[in-house]
Amino acid sequence: MTAILETRKLEKRFGGVQVAQGIDFSMQPGEIHCLIGPNGAGKSTFFHLVLGEHRPDGGSIHFKGEDITHLRSFARIRRGISVKFQVPGIFKALSVRQNLEIAFQHHLHGHNLDATISRVLDFVELKAVAATPAGTLSHGQQQWLEIGMAVGVEPSLLLLDEPTAGMSPDETFKTGELLRQLNAEGITILAVEHDMAFVQQIAERVTVLHFGAIFAQGTIDEIVGHKGVEEIYLGTSDDG
Amino acid sequence: MTAPEEGLELIAKTPAERRSTLAIWLSRLEGPQTMGRGPLFWAAVVAVVGAAAIYPLFVDGWTVGNAAYFFVWTFMAMGLGVVWGYCGALSFGQTAFFGLAGYGYGVLTINVGAAYGFTILALVLAVALAGLAALIIGYFMFYGRIKGVFIGIVTLSVTLVFSTFMAQTAGPQWRIGSARLNGFNGMSGMPPLTVPWPGGDLLLFADIPLYYVLLTLTVLCYLGLRMLLNAPFGNVLVAIRENPERAEMLGYDIRVYQLLAFGLGGALAGLSGVLYTAWGQYITPSSMGLTAAALPIVWVAVGGRKDITATLLGTLLVLYVFQTLTIYGSQYALVAMGVLLLLTVLLAPEGVVAILMRGIGRLFSRRQER
Repeated sequence: MTAILETRKLEKRFGGVQVAQGIDFSMQPGEIHCLIGPNGAGKSTFFHLVLGEHRPDGGSIHFKGEDITHLRSFARIRRGISVKFQVPGIFKALSVRQNLEIAFQHHLHGHNLDATISRVLDFVELKAVAATPAGTLSHGQQQWLEIGMAVGVEPSLLLLDEPTAGMSPDETFKTGELLRQLNAEGITILAVEHDMAFVQQIAERVTVLHFGAIFAQGTIDEIVGHKGVEEIYLGTSDDG
Repeated sequence: MTAPEEGLELIAKTPAERRSTLAIWLSRLEGPQTMGRGPLFWAAVVAVVGAAAIYPLFVDGWTVGNAAYFFVWTFMAMGLGVVWGYCGALSFGQTAFFGLAGYGYGVLTINVGAAYGFTILALVLAVALAGLAALIIGYFMFYGRIKGVFIGIVTLSVTLVFSTFMAQTAGPQWRIGSARLNGFNGMSGMPPLTVPWPGGDLLLFADIPLYYVLLTLTVLCYLGLRMLLNAPFGNVLVAIRENPERAEMLGYDIRVYQLLAFGLGGALAGLSGVLYTAWGQYITPSSMGLTAAALPIVWVAVGGRKDITATLLGTLLVLYVFQTLTIYGSQYALVAMGVLLLLTVLLAPEGVVAILMRGIGRLFSRRQER
């Protein structure tokens, strides 16, 4: 099967610092894949390279078999990638409904925009605040709004940068269930995440980055039991 | 979070309700990107336009011509409102396009004349020239990823360079055909807008007919922009203003939208330039200098840059105040404009007219609730 996302010998340097050292990464359609690693491991850089916000110094990025290395971000999004940022990437001065309208209007030629917005508002439980400026929502609601903006266009691949950052344990759990639900409907998910409980809740496969290179890869059970990973990232029970 | 009962199919596959293109565009006269909606608002619009229409019946020709002068500037202001207020790119150089179109109109009509309605064609060509210049400059700015304050610096530099260049064209060698550029003294002698009319051409001097033409153009431009700004295009402009990175990550090539907005703003500034030149049959490099470049910023900021109605009303209001103050000395009037801008930025960053409109809107909605 063609990998939905694949990087080959992906490299990136910032000055003298090599933050991606020939990363060979691949994930199959339908997976929930988590990317973990200690601070400075290169997770965010990898994320931004896939999105086209950084230009790689070497290697290539492929989406559904197509080389997208030199495509601009918007062109990658149009091919079926959606993204949710760590800090909610919403339009705070605009209403919740306007946020969704702007997110969907480009993709829904001929379809019923109002009906789609209504369904997504139900889905992310924001119907009651549809007319409210998005900036006045709680942090968790802002995160869900952005997830609604990202999934309402039915992407093939959903990229999430610490999707539960700042959420309460209850909100985090609900978000995990939502992502599993989305995945069950066929959306492939790649999440950069710190919260190991959350990773264990959702991930089928995990990739551990360390010093800009893949340190380990496997199922969540394999990674949790991996001695080296424990040393570099998970630590002991004191700091895990 | 809850999934819809029929499953997680979030996109409604039912086709959108079929409506005629005209009905769709008319529905966009109201929308989230423009203040004012409902019968009361439109009744007020009709009343204001009606009052403006009968205004010439009550005043002399000179006063009407002076009022027409106010309308001349509204196009540049509304264009700046689109570029700065809606798209978030502060252009300090709209006067470059104003001047380019003004000189363009002068060169064309001095060389060809006003017969067979050529002044109307010259207007169109000069506006297109300004729009094209804006697209070229905009291309290098937006595709070169220039943003924030640097857009202001680049655009201000363009207008100052253009102004300085035109100021040194006093020699007889600086001519295009029979049109002398005339340096700092400015170009004059171009015909006013001339409409072919049975029984003799209608010359639109600064008087009642020109007033009605400008009033009509202002209303059409205002309504057209309301429709455009409430269309998906306007939504994307606002998205770019609020969070350009997110807008791009929703699949929009933001450079294209910024460029189109800048081109539109340039063309509208050009329309003001042509109308100003035709109104006074005169244009000078000072119309592109630092002072001239700063004034549109004051009009738009004081009115309210994020709403096209506030921009339009604010521009007319500030122009009236400015002209009234000029009676006591033009330098004092400029200082007053500076103070007005400072006070607006510090006390009413949304714009004075915008705040007033919002207040009136709240008042009416409360009364309706009672």
